Amino acid sequence: MASGVKPRVKVPSSASAGDVVTIKTLISHPMESGQRKDGDGNLIPRSIINRFTCDFNGQNVVDVVMAPSISTNPYFEFEATVPEAGEFKFTWYDDDGDVYEEVKPISV
Amino acid sequence: GRWSRLAAQQALTQDQLLQFDTYGNVSLIHVTDIHAQLVPIYFREPSVNIGVGANRGEVPHITGADFRRLYGVEDGSPSHYALSSGDFSALAQAYGRVGGLDRVSTVVNAIRADRPDALLLDGGDTWHGSYTCYHSEGQDMVNAMNGLKPDAMTFHWEFTLGSGRVQELVQGLPFAALGQNIFDAEWDEPAELFKPYEFFERGGVKIAVIGQAFPYMPIANPRWMFPEYSFGIRDENMQAMVDEVRAAGAELVVCLSHNGFDVDKKMASVVTGIDVILSGHTHDALPEPVQVGQTFIVASGSNGKFVSRVDLDVRDGAMQGIRHKLIPIFSDVIAPDPVMTKLIEEQRAPHMDTLSEVIGTTEELLYRRGNFNGTWDDLICNALISEREADIALSPGVRWGPSLIPGDPITREDIWNVTSMSYGEAYRNEMTGEFLKVVLEDVADNIFNPDPYYQQGGDMVRVGGMGYRIDITKPQGERISDMTLLKTGEAIDPAKSYVVAGWASVNEGTEGPMIWDVVEDHIRKQGSVTLDPNNSVEVVGA
Amino acid sequence: VTALLPLRAFAQADPDAEMVGTPDEFLAGASAGEGDLTLTAPEIAENGNTVPIAFDAPGAVEVRIFALGNPTPGVGTFRFGPLAGSRTASTRIRLAGTQDVQAIAKMEDGSYITAMKTVKVTIGGCGG
Ligand SMILES: [Mn+2]
Ligand SMILES: [Mn+2]
Repeated sequence: MASGVKPRVKVPSSASAGDVVTIKTLISHPMESGQRKDGDGNLIPRSIINRFTCDFNGQNVVDVVMAPSISTNPYFEFEATVPEAGEFKFTWYDDDGDVYEEVKPISV
Repeated sequence: GRWSRLAAQQALTQDQLLQFDTYGNVSLIHVTDIHAQLVPIYFREPSVNIGVGANRGEVPHITGADFRRLYGVEDGSPSHYALSSGDFSALAQAYGRVGGLDRVSTVVNAIRADRPDALLLDGGDTWHGSYTCYHSEGQDMVNAMNGLKPDAMTFHWEFTLGSGRVQELVQGLPFAALGQNIFDAEWDEPAELFKPYEFFERGGVKIAVIGQAFPYMPIANPRWMFPEYSFGIRDENMQAMVDEVRAAGAELVVCLSHNGFDVDKKMASVVTGIDVILSGHTHDALPEPVQVGQTFIVASGSNGKFVSRVDLDVRDGAMQGIRHKLIPIFSDVIAPDPVMTKLIEEQRAPHMDTLSEVIGTTEELLYRRGNFNGTWDDLICNALISEREADIALSPGVRWGPSLIPGDPITREDIWNVTSMSYGEAYRNEMTGEFLKVVLEDVADNIFNPDPYYQQGGDMVRVGGMGYRIDITKPQGERISDMTLLKTGEAIDPAKSYVVAGWASVNEGTEGPMIWDVVEDHIRKQGSVTLDPNNSVEVVGA
Repeated sequence: VTALLPLRAFAQADPDAEMVGTPDEFLAGASAGEGDLTLTAPEIAENGNTVPIAFDAPGAVEVRIFALGNPTPGVGTFRFGPLAGSRTASTRIRLAGTQDVQAIAKMEDGSYITAMKTVKVTIGGCGG
């Protein structure tokens, strides 16, 4: 697995039912594109996060397919509707099969 | 000579320079791009400043005699000397040096005597550009400017002190540090240390001053020195800030900008609701504001050479009228403010022996401003080629740096005034002819792209040892041709490698001796500096 | 609450090849006109390795971003679920040089709209 992978998210701690809230996510990851060469001219193998999802209480907000052109330390900002109190679940899927999760509750 | 100097100065008085019929109920005082010039200097305005696209033939892209004709400036007059190029050395002999923060202080005090609550606004590029500023990491300028008691400031070269030092200095400022376009790079949120705007209550008017820092800081300067920050024009956020301050009751909206003049013109056409833009960065000095829609743009020169006074009549929640004067700081005519003189001397005293050491003399007028080459950069390029044993030299097209007139001694301070920066390493690399063309094309597009939002506000990179032809009307990739190695007269071969010496690389880890040492060594060997005329750039389409 | 657990999931197919692809693959013969799609990107990138882009595509079910000058143009596919608060998103992308960035949105009625923005990636240096 890529080492030192650390997700961070910004979600408001509370909202009113039906509110639209802004969410920001960052995850430390090299996003090695597979197109760079090392000092000896050998291709560095690709190692990226290829998918990111955000769900709220089991319902999807956004589902992103990520190609190697997404920058190192992938960043996403988007908006979610909050129908009730509950939990946002954020999931990042690594090429190597690792899955990173982060959960944030929000009160209404 | 001495007689003409006396005559010229007798014809000019401090009262004349400061004469202003106080108007309306609000006064703004604008200084910008001082580049750490605490004491009087010479500064020659450019003779070549080409406008492209919609700005072709528009101010500030009018120079020399054309400029004087446009504004009705008499040849040989003080305004000719202060505002335009042409006959510079002779007029400098007659009218003397310009600037000096103690003279600026006298002017500011005089305006405040007329209007005690005048706002003093600093457009940035203040904490950069001299020996003392470099060695005190900006502290000399912070101390001196605090003596002027500004009300707000915005930023550019300040960030090349490194973000840690900038934060330290900004936290200690007794006035507002503004930049609506200074963002935290990680989360893309407004940087907490820099407020987008500040409200002032002056003359019974609620005034909002919105800051606009240099948009292209991480491109024009080394981004590794301030990786926490992101900039950009962000004109949508500017509009949001204007709307926000208007909604909060602002009757007058002033933008303290470091965009550069053409970018400010475009921004004024995109963003509505700004009354006055105080423009900096491109170092233009204009005797009248330029109006774009309902917005007036004021350009106040550089290097401490000018102070702009802008009086405004603000009634019924709106600006009704404007009166403006660009005041040239003739240092022999305007009496220094002794309080500020003392403060300046305190900053310089520990370094006076080093500063004043004479390294050589010049038989040439040494200046920098102009789109393609200045004689200071010709001298710097000669130094790079000879001291670094290079085929070709590159010197950055920065717009700061005072002038020297023929016969002047060249002191260590003079050398630092045109070279000082926090990334002054003089590199020596091999570059292919192909790569050299890519560099020239890239820089040319930063100046001659017809859309101002793609311009960065510098001049063309200065080249020594190589000639070229440039057609400014062409798109990027097609402007540069006929690249020639001057020492052999041969065409530059795209596949061949050349030894290139240069300085001010934005790349981290650049190695080499400091440029001021390279230039000092070269001048010492020359003793008396002479230069061959530089005809190595052929410009087409101007 | 932070639940950081790099747990092993089922091996993912290499999804970007088929799901991001190229504009032509996405359009599959359809054409994309102009419409209510805003693509925001800087005129000049501060850093070609991390260029902020954002889109706003009201009514879109899926938005794909392409960097037309990169070795592989597909950048990302954004699909919106039932709790999407808007059809907007921002991310940061790599650009191999000055080029056009394109967004194509697939709308609820199956039609496509597109928007393009040129981003300049420059060597930099110099200034006033
Ligand atoms: Mn500047
Ligand atoms: Mn400047």
